[in-house]
Amino acid sequence: MNATIAAVRKTFSYKAICDALWQANPISKQVLGICSALAVTVQLKTALVMSLALTLVVAFSNLFISLLRTQIPRNIRIVVEVSVIATLVILADEMLKAFMYDISKQLSVFVGLIITNCIVLGRAEGFALANPPGRSFVDGMANGIGYSSILIAVAFIRELLGAGKLLGYSVVPAAFYEAGYVNMGLMSLAPGAFIIIGLFVWLQHALLKKK
Amino acid sequence: MENLINIALNSIFVGNILLAYFLGMCSFLAVSKNLQTATGLGFAVIFVLAITTPANWLVYHYLLAPGALTWAGLPLVNLSYLKLILFIAVIAAMVQGVEMVIDRYSPALYNALGVFLPLITVNCAILGASLFMVERNYSFVESVVYGTGSGVGWMLAIVSMAAIQKKLKYADVPEGLQGFGISMITTGLIAMAFMLFSGITL
Repeated sequence: MNATIAAVRKTFSYKAICDALWQANPISKQVLGICSALAVTVQLKTALVMSLALTLVVAFSNLFISLLRTQIPRNIRIVVEVSVIATLVILADEMLKAFMYDISKQLSVFVGLIITNCIVLGRAEGFALANPPGRSFVDGMANGIGYSSILIAVAFIRELLGAGKLLGYSVVPAAFYEAGYVNMGLMSLAPGAFIIIGLFVWLQHALLKKK
Repeated sequence: MENLINIALNSIFVGNILLAYFLGMCSFLAVSKNLQTATGLGFAVIFVLAITTPANWLVYHYLLAPGALTWAGLPLVNLSYLKLILFIAVIAAMVQGVEMVIDRYSPALYNALGVFLPLITVNCAILGASLFMVERNYSFVESVVYGTGSGVGWMLAIVSMAAIQKKLKYADVPEGLQGFGISMITTGLIAMAFMLFSGITL
């Protein structure tokens, strides 16, 4: 059993996943990549859908660009990469409109803005162009989940403190409100997201320093 | 007229594209170290937004919107799903064109703005403004006002941030919070200040 785990740990995919999820994953870098997505973190539900769309777009853009990597002339690679990403984002946008119309209305322009997300292009440029399709797909998936984890954590705190709900269900007991507990309106507004991210960065610095 | 003033005030303060919609953060955090460069980038963003938002309005309403191709004899065609890809192309082309024109006719302005122009193509605030313009059904004049207003709002945010960063150098920030952490919290405080304008309606 231990031998299997050790073998798994040596594989390339494992390393790629680890890197993306924790080791090379400062929140500051991630947040820059998903900046525009912060606008959908008022509710957990929209954040989850956004995370799903983002992860799929990163994973598949990595896969397709990796498949095309021997065909793409070096000079026009950025144009090709942007077209691949834009096509995937349009697909995701149309799918959301068709199957989850209400949520797509709430997400408004932010699904479209995945195109200008520096991380998607960054993975295509930095990883998919130099690696085979399988690994690129795993790398994209892991990176997508890495960014999503932050989006979801921010959304969790904002919905819990801002509205006393999670996924639309009230979780703060009525007894709390009777005892004088008040929802924190600030969390539902934009400044809440900025401040939570700042505190997250602080937390991560503190945890990494202890090691 | 009242409507236009309302759009302008809203896009500069309450609905600030950076502080309320989180657009254009990458360059905001990268360039806000220095007041002079921040001002330069701010003017470049105003300029590009004021041009690309109306340009994309024309593209959308004469090529992409449902029924927009009636003039070409194709009233049933709806190409609006292509707006993402076409808007990016328009923005990239416009920025490139503007850069060349400025370089030819005003070298002084080019020296001031030139370095920032390519950076702006990838700024999500520019694409975001165009997409909001479509979503909110602005008319052509409204789109001009909205584009300029968003640019002014963005510049106001980055310039105040740069000014605060300058003072922050002398502050005793906790170790783990230095750098990115304190920038985010400062931005949060600026955003709060801008929210105070939300009572204003005309």
